[in-house]
Amino acid sequence: MGKINNQQVIQSLTSKFGDRITVPTEPFGLLTFGTSADNILDVLRFLKEDGELKFNYLTDITAIHFPELELSIGVIYHIHSLTNNIRVRVKVFIDGNDPRIPTATSLWEGANWMERETYDFFGVNFEGHPNLVRILNVDEMTVFPMRREYPLEDPNRVDKKDYFFGR
Amino acid sequence: MINHPVLSDNDPQKETITLNLGPTHPATHGVFQNILEMDGERIVSGVSTIGYIHRAFEKIAEHRPFYQITPLTDRMNYCSSPINNMGWHMTVEKLLNIKTPKRVDYLRVIVMELARISDHLICNGILGVDTGAFSGFLYLMEEREHIYEIYEEICGARLTTNIGRIGGFERDFNDIAFAKIKKFLVKFPPILKEFETLFNRNRIFIERTSGVAAVDPEVALNYSWSGPILRATGVDYDVRVNEPYSSYEDFDFDIPVGTTGDVYDRYIVRNEEMWQSLRIIQQALDKIEKEPKGVFHADVPEFYLPPKEEVYNNMEALIYHFKIVMGEIDTPKTEVYHAVEGGNGELGFYLVNDGGRSPYRLHFRRPSFINYQMYAPMSAGMLLSDAIINMSSLNVIAGELDA
Repeated sequence: MGKINNQQVIQSLTSKFGDRITVPTEPFGLLTFGTSADNILDVLRFLKEDGELKFNYLTDITAIHFPELELSIGVIYHIHSLTNNIRVRVKVFIDGNDPRIPTATSLWEGANWMERETYDFFGVNFEGHPNLVRILNVDEMTVFPMRREYPLEDPNRVDKKDYFFGR
Repeated sequence: MINHPVLSDNDPQKETITLNLGPTHPATHGVFQNILEMDGERIVSGVSTIGYIHRAFEKIAEHRPFYQITPLTDRMNYCSSPINNMGWHMTVEKLLNIKTPKRVDYLRVIVMELARISDHLICNGILGVDTGAFSGFLYLMEEREHIYEIYEEICGARLTTNIGRIGGFERDFNDIAFAKIKKFLVKFPPILKEFETLFNRNRIFIERTSGVAAVDPEVALNYSWSGPILRATGVDYDVRVNEPYSSYEDFDFDIPVGTTGDVYDRYIVRNEEMWQSLRIIQQALDKIEKEPKGVFHADVPEFYLPPKEEVYNNMEALIYHFKIVMGEIDTPKTEVYHAVEGGNGELGFYLVNDGGRSPYRLHFRRPSFINYQMYAPMSAGMLLSDAIINMSSLNVIAGELDA
């Protein structure tokens, strides 16, 4: 069904961006590469508007937190070319203390809520987003709960202390 | 929205009325709130408020072993929980390079297509109720009950099914289950036909739904729509065909598409998908006849819990049981994205694994969440009563919307 394969995507990406993207890998056949926050919009626009690649469908935007890394927040885009039936995954790692990345809402309207969700849980500031406010959590919340430093349960609760269980 | 004209009620300039549409009771469509600015009966603009039943599934999943995440997926799209369960199992199987036997794939296809039928039954039945015809809904609910009886026979549960295990099923389908599936295949088509004769050419229904909330395919793709509502606009994207999973490539079925993307087209697409699902189930039953009997899981002792009587009498089974429950088995350090065609769109699982007993990060690509974001913008300019049936036909399930 697919008209182009991963190799062709890699070729046109490296010829266009050179060392502005990292070396692509293919975990489980899904082409994955990284880039920087400065280049992400160019990469996404190229993928979307190139006449041959036609990655016209934004599947998902999410983030991941590696506290031990210097650039600790990774923003992950899954993009799909419906005509070629091929997916790519683009990763951008940014500074966890000041996570900023340009918004993709200029390319896809559908990025709006995905970026709001990512902001809500990881605190990533999507610069230029029309309405970057919390979406699933309460507005009064001050933390970004999916970051690793926030434990699942309140560490101050006393009803699960060991001495209640004879330990 | 931007430029949402919210003036205070005392402002003499205010000519519109602020209307809180919802939050409604969970027993209807789910908990949705839309704050609308109304000019008479017409909506000027709206803001969707979501998150009323957010339960932090992604955070919880980071603290649970793989096989304990399945019950979380139940509670996302609870109208078709088996599809979510199977999607999660297949994601983990992809990560662990488990190849399931063909018979398992076909059994899964049967369960998933039954789930798709029950999902579409709810959506189209409720659409009937919202347009003012209650009888169709009542006919269909009886059939949904029969589907739930089949689930009950397979896994013991009805709504939040937790059906199947990593590698296959917890037990084989018994004879009663097969008998019930076969009976369903005989009894359901005439009732679906009757439902269609009630609605398809019903003048009131057509005038109520035709041309309402029509969406262009470009706009739908721009908003990342997926599932029946995308296909109603004319885009033939279906994960079952584009990236076949669970041996869907062995089946012969059509992908119905619409032309205008309005509420009527979505209704027709869903009805036609139910007919296709019935075709698939029939083919799956025929194919299972040719497969070796009694195979209901892959041979992966490191991940598939052994039967309890063996655990107590057999050393290897005891060791494997211990290793699985304590999470002592190494898993690959990599990332995987797996998508299935859920009841209302592409349901994706993005799993990042660090080799531990629980995922490092698990993200659900929830079709309801992504489909629903266009609701407020597309409601602008619509009549209030049209916006209501638009919401019914989007088939947004609150559990999946909020995760």
